[in-house]
Amino acid sequence: MGGYSDVQMIDENGIRVDGRTAGEIRPVSINAGIIPVADGSAEVIWGTNHVIAAVYGPMEAHPRKIQKQDRAVLDVRYNMAPFSTTDRIRPGFNRRSREISKVTAEALESVVLTELYPRSKIRVEIEVITAEAGTRCAGITAASVALADAGIPMTDMVISVASGKINGVVVCDLNKEEDNYGEADLPMGVCANSGELVFLQMDGDLSPEEFQIAWDYNMEAIAPVHEMMIDALKRSNGGDE
Amino acid sequence: MSDQNARGGRDGRGTRLVTPGASLGASEGRRIGHGVVENEGQLIAVKLGALIENEEEVSVIPSHTRYTPRPGDLVIGVVEAVQSNLWFLDINAPFNALLPMSLGPGKAEFGGARNVLNVGNTVLCRIQEVDETHSSVVTMKGLGLRRIDSGIVEAIPPHLMQSLFSDSNVLKSLKSSTDCRIILADNGRMWVDGDSKSMSNVISKLEQIRAMSRDFSSLESMVEILQTEVY
Repeated sequence: MGGYSDVQMIDENGIRVDGRTAGEIRPVSINAGIIPVADGSAEVIWGTNHVIAAVYGPMEAHPRKIQKQDRAVLDVRYNMAPFSTTDRIRPGFNRRSREISKVTAEALESVVLTELYPRSKIRVEIEVITAEAGTRCAGITAASVALADAGIPMTDMVISVASGKINGVVVCDLNKEEDNYGEADLPMGVCANSGELVFLQMDGDLSPEEFQIAWDYNMEAIAPVHEMMIDALKRSNGGDE
Repeated sequence: MSDQNARGGRDGRGTRLVTPGASLGASEGRRIGHGVVENEGQLIAVKLGALIENEEEVSVIPSHTRYTPRPGDLVIGVVEAVQSNLWFLDINAPFNALLPMSLGPGKAEFGGARNVLNVGNTVLCRIQEVDETHSSVVTMKGLGLRRIDSGIVEAIPPHLMQSLFSDSNVLKSLKSSTDCRIILADNGRMWVDGDSKSMSNVISKLEQIRAMSRDFSSLESMVEILQTEVY
């Protein structure tokens, strides 16, 4: 959130720098079952973002101190490849990846029936191959498809979308320039069927009215992405396309 | 969105694939089967898989699942660790199973467990008990339970084992067509013994099945592969 309000990123007709309207999301494509050795996997291409998620388990949780006697733990690891952005990213965990891993695990824990697998661990690996903006949202969505593909029991699937503000206008699904020079960012994770909110972060400032518009944009974007998730799972499991 | 929930498509044979969170209608008068939960009077699928609906029960056959041990299951385990008076077996479940010396094969003295079964040995055993944390104890006391010293152990997804071999004729024809001795274990493992050509026939059939294992629409083709005569 640079907040460079003098950088013009939306014209008087409401068309953004990449030609989208305010409520439009970038092109999305989802594939499931792309890693044969994983119990479940998925690939999400969201605009220029390219994210791969793999799920392994449930398995015995090691080290033993992380075991929960009444439920499984979700061991989520979000990582950006060193080549995923123009500036090389130093390999390994950093503050940002730890934070995203934590919020992703918490978002997914609200739908996964962890109580069915006491003392075990479900390993979720999220690898960002190409990053533009909104990698945490693409990561949560990919992880959700990968968990379903792995046969992990879940009450719902989580879809994550972000809206934000540029030049005083609320827009859906920020791209890199909008993310860098915009004034606010509101990523949300929502259960596809129940509409329950499981993840929300906000960077920058939004008035209550702007917050409502961003909320509505995010909620509207959920349905088409959910359709794509279902299609991806059907394609990889022998359903009709 | 809820009107789109149950969309899941049909594969032309009447199998409808459902995804987690899909609404399966009102729960009234219907029994809840595997892969389904009830929430505020509505049935919801919690696993990705094929929806099975009959007059009384609604269930989902998962497209992928880990083996969950149940008492009485026949399993093939591989010894992973040995202690003075017990063995730890990998039974293809999230947790290793315990084989105490008292339930093990033959007579072993305290500290001599390794002389009876060592790391890497394969055994045919039965689940004796499972506690609430899914830890299981297995036994080798029973008819036919033994150390496996010949043949090979192959694996296929546990849920497929039930679907494919629910008709006993499938196993019979597989045995007769390949001229192999075969034991199916509930944990998705299969012991195959015979001459090398016969065993390679079974292996190639199982390889084909593993490649198709996620495709529900190909269940009949898988049965066909198993029943095809080999020349």
